[in-house]
Formats: sequence, structure tokens, C-alpha cells
Amino acid sequence: MKQETVGITGTGHALPKRVLSNRDLEKMIDTSDRWIRERTGIIERRIISEGESTLTLAVKASQQALQKAGLLPEELDMIIVASVTPEQALPSTACLVQAKLNAKNASAFDLTAGCTGFIYALTIAKQFIANSSLHKILVIGVDILSYLVDWEDRKTCVLFGDGAGAVVMEKVNNSRGIIATRLYSEGSKADLLYIPGGGTVLPITKENLDKKLNFIKMNGPEVFKFAVKVMVESTQEVLKMDGKTAADLSYLIPHQANIRIIDTARKRLGMEKEKVLTNIEKYGNMSSASIPVLLDEAVEKGLFRQGDLLGMVAFGAGFTWGACLMEWSL
Amino acid sequence: MDIFGKVRKIICEHLDVNEDSVTLKTTFEDLDADSLDVVEMVMALEEEFDLEISDEEVEKIKSVGDIVNYIEEHTS
Repeated sequence: MKQETVGITGTGHALPKRVLSNRDLEKMIDTSDRWIRERTGIIERRIISEGESTLTLAVKASQQALQKAGLLPEELDMIIVASVTPEQALPSTACLVQAKLNAKNASAFDLTAGCTGFIYALTIAKQFIANSSLHKILVIGVDILSYLVDWEDRKTCVLFGDGAGAVVMEKVNNSRGIIATRLYSEGSKADLLYIPGGGTVLPITKENLDKKLNFIKMNGPEVFKFAVKVMVESTQEVLKMDGKTAADLSYLIPHQANIRIIDTARKRLGMEKEKVLTNIEKYGNMSSASIPVLLDEAVEKGLFRQGDLLGMVAFGAGFTWGACLMEWSL
Repeated sequence: MDIFGKVRKIICEHLDVNEDSVTLKTTFEDLDADSLDVVEMVMALEEEFDLEISDEEVEKIKSVGDIVNYIEEHTS
């Protein structure tokens, strides 16, 4: 059976209004602007305030993506939300987005794959369009990590920010679209980046909250080393699947966890700085939202040309990681 | 360049310190290097000498001499 060519036909993103700068953090915890910049590349990040939430950002990003794709919400066949910070415990954020958009013909579900969530969701959407009767799928990466960080832990709280990005995926005939994707997991490394509480084993009780079990714990150095390794390898793997090398890439869109992870991976791939996109300086690590926000910002700047070869690669808690190679369709 | 010379060059590049301040006895604490600096240096050394230093070994590395010894033992 001939597989359909699937591509991205619309992009959108939404960010909280409130800006939290390194200078602001200096007043909250024992840290410095210089230390954060040198260690992470982050200068400021966005944090939700009154009236903003996972859902409001997801809906705003989705509406932009639909508009750019020239689609009505009722034309959507499926909505996938990649997130570790749902709007509420039940039902899925995707169902709440469906209701807000009035996308009444879509099936809707959430998935969790840490910071790799967007690559997972995109891969699943691609498969549904290529191999089933579904035609139009909305993929959203949204995370409100400000809710999961211990604002007294200077090692982690400086790293993260809130945001949402969305893409519409459809059949395309003007480019090769999504050429290759690869997903990976290594659950044996779960305890290097995790939140112990909030699930069934350590439920939300006053005692568990007092112990800060609902916050992110991370072994920074080990995560750093593993991240560089697997981001390089998975990027090379999707390139190899199409007989390409990093030199063929027009742009690489990496997950934004730390500028030093990105720089080290970039050097190992032998790529020039201009070809590896970043926005970590403005937003920090937005988990599932980092890649789709970066993608939409590049689209808004008019950076991509139809036929450009783009790589996307992410890494996150699980561990999970994955990469995607695509030819730009717009 | 001998192993110490190569190691010193990588350390100086990563920590932005002068070659004169790096001897075999120098510890990473002396150089004001934190865990992230050490990881980045180890990654650069792994690439330079084409070997892999396990996380347990990294934890034992305290001084420049420790690194040079490790590399001498693990390269032919």
C-alpha cells in the first residue's frame, strides 16, 4: 500500500504574559544572572499568572495553527496533547481543548513522554494520517512546569518556563513532509529525572506536599551527558534512514533544555551555529512546548523555504528521546 | 603533545583558566569547577582519547593527575 505523504500545514504558539528574569530570581533565591546565563543560556522565562493555564495556552496556540492551515475546528479528525502538566487530573486536556475549539468531529487524548512528548505525538499523528482514514490532526505540546518546580531549589527552578505550541498535520503533495521518525525509551534511568509524588504510590496528601514530593528531582550531570549522546545519535539515525548526514540539514530544531547541551551536540554533529535554532534564552525549558514554539517562531520569521530539510530532536524524563526528519511543506 | 599536555589544553579551554595554573596536583575544586564543568571536560576528553569514562569513575576524579592516570591506564 502506498503511504500518504504527511506534513505540517499550520503552526501556532502561546506564551504567558508574565516575564520572570534572572534578575527577578536573584531576589527570590541564592543565585545570579551570570551563573544562570553561563550554566544554561537562559536570561528569562515566562510564567503563568491569573487567568492563564495549560488549557488557555493550548487553545490559543491551536487557534493560530488552525488559522494558518486554513482549517475549521470541525474539520479536525484527532487532537493529541503532549504534556506532563494537564489542565486537571480528569478528563484529558485534549478533550477540554476539543470542547473549547468546538472540534466536534475529533477524537482526543493526551500522552506523556516528558520533554520528548511533542516528537511522540507528531510521530503518532503521522502514522494515523499515513495508514488510516484520518486526514487532519492537531498536535499540541504544552507544559506549565512552573507548577512542578521547587521554587526554593536553585538547581532546578531557574531552568524551566511555561508555554504551548501547536501544529496541524495533513497530507501534503508539495514536499516529502515527514520523512523519518524514531522514538526511544530507557525506563531504567527513570530515577535521574522524575517527580516522585502526585501518582498512586505517593498521592497528594498534606504530608507528601510538605515533603516536596510533587516537585521535579534531577541528577543534572548524568542527564547532561546522556542528553548529548542520544540527541546526536537519534539525529544521525533519522538522517541515515534517508541516506543523509547532518551537513544536508537546512536547520536543526532541538529541544531547549540547556544551551550547553545544544552546543555540545551541535559541535558533535559538525553543524554551524546559525543552523541550530534556539529560544532558550527567552523561555527556558518548556518541555513538550519547546520544539513547537521554536518551530512557529521560525515560521513567523519566514526562515523556512519549501523543501528545506529540517531535523527535530528531543530528550526528556523516562528517559525518552526521539528525532524527526522532514521536508518543509509551507 | 603528551597526555598531560592534551588534558591541560582541554581543561584550559573549558574552564577559561591559564595553562600555568594547571599542574598534575591541581584539583577541580582549586579551579572552581562544578559538576557540570567536570562532565563537559570528561566528554571532551572521551572524544579526544576515544575512550569512555563511566559515571562511577568520574566521581573518583578529583585532580588533573587522576585524569592523566586514568587515560594512561586505559589507552595503549
